[in-house]
Amino acid sequence: MKLEGSKRWLIAGIAIAVLVSMFSAQFNRYYLGIAIDCGISIILAVSLNLINGHTGQFSLGHAGFMAVGGYTAAKLSLVCSPLVPESLRPLLFLLALVVGGLASAVAGLGVGIPSLRLKGDYLAIVTLGFGEIIRVIVQNMESVGAASGLKGIPKDTTLGWTFGLAAITVYVVAALVNSTYGRGFIAVNDDEVAASSMGINPVRYKVTAFVTGAFFAGIAGGLYAHHKQFLSPTGFDFLKSIDIVVMVILGGMGRTAGVIIAAILLTLLPEVLRQFADYRMIIYSLLIIALMLTRPQGLFTFGRAKKGAAEV
Amino acid sequence: MDWLLQQLINGLALGSIYALIALGYTMVYGVLRFINFAHADVLMLGAYAAYFLAPAVSAVFPLPSVTGALIIVLAASLICACIGMLIEFLAYRPLRSRPKLTVLITAIGVSLFIEFTCQHKAVFGADTKPFPKLLPATDFHIAGLVVSSNDLVVVLVTALLLAGMWFIVQKTKIGTAMRAVSFNQQAAALMGVNINRIISFTFGLGSALAAIAGILYALKAPGIEPLMGVQPGLRAFVAAVLGGIGNLPGAALGGLLLGLLETFAGGISGLSNYRDGIAFAILILILLFKPAGLLGKATVEKV
Amino acid sequence: MSQPLLTLDKATIKFGGLTAVGDFSLQVHANELVGLIGPNGAGKTTAFNLITGVYQPTDGTIHFAEKRIAGMKPHDLTKLGIARTFQNIRLFGSLNVFDNVRAATQLHRSHGIRSALWRGKGFHHGEREVEKQVLELLDIFDLAKLRDEEAKSLPYGDQRRLEIVRALATKPKLLLLDEPAAGMNPTEKEELMKLIQFIKDKFKIAIMLVEHDMKVVMGICEKIAVLEYGKKIAEGTPDEIQKNPKVIAAYLGTGEDEDA
Repeated sequence: MKLEGSKRWLIAGIAIAVLVSMFSAQFNRYYLGIAIDCGISIILAVSLNLINGHTGQFSLGHAGFMAVGGYTAAKLSLVCSPLVPESLRPLLFLLALVVGGLASAVAGLGVGIPSLRLKGDYLAIVTLGFGEIIRVIVQNMESVGAASGLKGIPKDTTLGWTFGLAAITVYVVAALVNSTYGRGFIAVNDDEVAASSMGINPVRYKVTAFVTGAFFAGIAGGLYAHHKQFLSPTGFDFLKSIDIVVMVILGGMGRTAGVIIAAILLTLLPEVLRQFADYRMIIYSLLIIALMLTRPQGLFTFGRAKKGAAEV
Repeated sequence: MDWLLQQLINGLALGSIYALIALGYTMVYGVLRFINFAHADVLMLGAYAAYFLAPAVSAVFPLPSVTGALIIVLAASLICACIGMLIEFLAYRPLRSRPKLTVLITAIGVSLFIEFTCQHKAVFGADTKPFPKLLPATDFHIAGLVVSSNDLVVVLVTALLLAGMWFIVQKTKIGTAMRAVSFNQQAAALMGVNINRIISFTFGLGSALAAIAGILYALKAPGIEPLMGVQPGLRAFVAAVLGGIGNLPGAALGGLLLGLLETFAGGISGLSNYRDGIAFAILILILLFKPAGLLGKATVEKV
Repeated sequence: MSQPLLTLDKATIKFGGLTAVGDFSLQVHANELVGLIGPNGAGKTTAFNLITGVYQPTDGTIHFAEKRIAGMKPHDLTKLGIARTFQNIRLFGSLNVFDNVRAATQLHRSHGIRSALWRGKGFHHGEREVEKQVLELLDIFDLAKLRDEEAKSLPYGDQRRLEIVRALATKPKLLLLDEPAAGMNPTEKEELMKLIQFIKDKFKIAIMLVEHDMKVVMGICEKIAVLEYGKKIAEGTPDEIQKNPKVIAAYLGTGEDEDA
C-alpha cells in the first residue's frame, strides 16, 4: 500500500542510522562531529518548520526551547549517571532526552498559549522575548552552572542516535501535516477566519504546532548537550534562533525536503568558510538580506501544487 | 527618601534616552507598519560618528565645549540621517509590497550586518573605546542629591526634541503628510503625497534622533563598542510598544516609564541580574493584555 | 410549522456608538431558502458574522437547533451545522482544490492526530473515506478534474463554486452565502441560481443568502428580510417585498440621493 511507505521510510532511516553508527569508530572525529551537528540542525529546522512554515506562526525563540531541553537532559544525566550501571546508560540517555523534550514541550505550551492572538511582527517579538527570558533565567540558575556553563556532560550522542531521532522528527512532522487533520495547520496559516468557519480550531492547531515543535527542539538540545559535553547560555541566544529561522526560510517555509537540505548546507557553511571566520557573520548577514530581496520563497522550491491524496 | 529622589532623577535621564530612541521606532512603524530592527545600530553609528569627529572639531573648538558639542551632534545626526535613508532605499523599499515578515527578516539581516561589519578590526573593532568628553560636566549637589549636568542636558535636549517632533508632525505640511501616510498609504498617494519622499524623510528623522540618543547615551556609558545599541534599542522598542506603537506621545511616555521602572528595579538587589529579562517580561505582558499600548488604539479586523 | 432551525431574537451588536445590527429578529426553518437584502452598509454581513460566531451580540439571543449559540466560537458552530462562504473569497491559497475541501472534512472525522502519527489500518481507511467523500462532492459541482490545481489559480466563477463546495463538506444544516453572485455575468448568475436550488434540494439544508442582485434574490428565495441601517424594515415573500413602500424607499430614497 502506497501510504504504508511512510512508515517504511522511517524504519529504514532509523536502521541505516544505527548501522552507520556502528562503524563510527572508523570515522574521522572531525567529520563525525560535523555530521552529528547536521543531524541536530535537521531536527531543529524541521521542528521549527512546523511552527513557522506550515502553521505560519512566526517564532523567533526556538533556541529557548533547545536550551530548556538541553539543560534538563544534561542535568538529569549528570545527576543520574553515577547511579546507573554502564549497561543501562543508553536507557538513561533516552530518558534524559525524552524528559528534556517534555520540559521543552511545556515551555512550548507556555509560549504558544499567550501568543495565540498575536500575528506577524508582534508574535515574532514576543517569541524572541520568551527566548531571551529563558536564556536570562538559565544564566542565573546556579544549579546548571549559570553564566559559566554546565560542564562534564557524558558523551552519549552518537550518529545513530542523532539521525535516528532526526528520522523520527521528519516522520512526525511530515506525517502530521500530510494527513487530513494536518491540512488544518496550513489552513490556519492561509486564512484563520475561513479555517475556523470550516470547523478548524485555530487555537488547537497553533498550540499543537508550538508544543510539537518545542518538544523536538528540546530533543535536539539534549543531543547537543551530550555531544559538546558543555552548555552555556550564550549558545542559545537570539542569534541561534535566527540561525534556525534562516534554515527554514532558505529551505522554503513549509517544504520539508528543502528545509532539510538548507539545514545541512547552513551547518556545513561555517566549516567550509573556516578560513574566512573573520567574515563569516558578515557574509551570513548579507546572505539573509540577499535571500529576502531576491528569493524569499527559499532556494529549494521545486514542484508546484502538492498532490491531493495523503502522502509523505 | 533621598534614595527615591536620586533614582527618580537617574530614571528620568535614562528614560529620556529611551524616549528619543523609541520615537524613531514608532515613527517608522507609523508610516510603514514594520519594526526597524536596524534602528538600534544607527544609535551606535551616531556615537561612533561623534567619536571620529571629535578630534577634528576639537582643533577648532576645543572640547569639552558647548559649541563643539553642538557641531558634533549636528554633524553626526546628519550623517546618520543619510545612513538611515540609505538603508531604507536599499533594503526596505524594494520589499514594500512583500509580506511584513520578509521585511522583518531583512531588517534583522541589516542589523546583524552593521554590527558584525563594525566589529571587524578593519572597521571599528570589537573593543570598547573611550568616548570623548563633549560637554563640561559638573555635578550639582542639591539637597543631598547628586545631579550630573549631563543628566540635565539629556532631559533638556530630549524635551526640546520631543517638542520639536510634536511641532513637525502636527503643524507642518510634511508632518501632516506623515500622518496621512500612517493612516492610509493608498489614500495619501491618491491625494498627491509623494510616499517615497515621506518615508525617506521619516527614516532620516528617526535616524537623526537615534544618533543624538546614541551620543547622549555614550556620554554616560563607560565607552562605545559596536554592540552598544542592542540593549538600549531593545528597551526603547519595549518602551514604544508600551506607549502604543505608532503613537508619538506614547513613545515618550513609554520611554520615561521604562527608564524609571528599570532604574528602580536595578536598585533592588536580586532583581538586577534579571534586568534584561524584565524588559522582555514587560513587553510580553503588554502585548498580551493591552497590545495597543497605553495610549494606542486597537484596530478591528474586517471580516 | 416545525421548530425553526435558526432563531434570532432581537440580536444586536454595537461597535462603540454605532449599532451595526439592532433588534434583529428572524426565523429560518429547515430546508428554507431565505434572502437577506438591504442597501450597502445595512449590516447584512455583520448579521452573518453574528450567526457564525465571528462577532458576539451585545444584546439579544441567537438559537440554533434549539441551542443558545451566542458566545460560541466559529469552529464550534460549524460542528453544530452552520457553514458559510465569504463576501471576498477566502479560499486556502496554498492548498489545491482537493485539499481545500479535504481540510473542511476534518471536523467530523474520528481519526485525528494520534492516528495520523500511527498510520495504522484505521487511518488509511479513514483517509480513503475522506478521498471518496471529497471527490464525490467535487464531482457533483464539476470541479473533480481540477482537483490538483492551486485554489487561487482558478477562474473566479470556479473559486466561488469551490468555496461553496468547501462549506458543504462540513455537512451543514444551514448554509450562509455572502454575495455569491458578486462579479458574475448574467449567464453565470442563472447557473448560480440553479446551483443554489440544486443544493437546497439535494442536501436538504436551509440556505441564507445575502445578495445585491435582485433577480437572483427574487428568483429563488422563499422568504426575504430587508435590513436598513442595521434594523429589519420588512420581511415577507418576494412579491410582498417588491411591493413594500419602505423597501422601495430604502433602495431608491425618498427623492434625495441614497447613500452608497
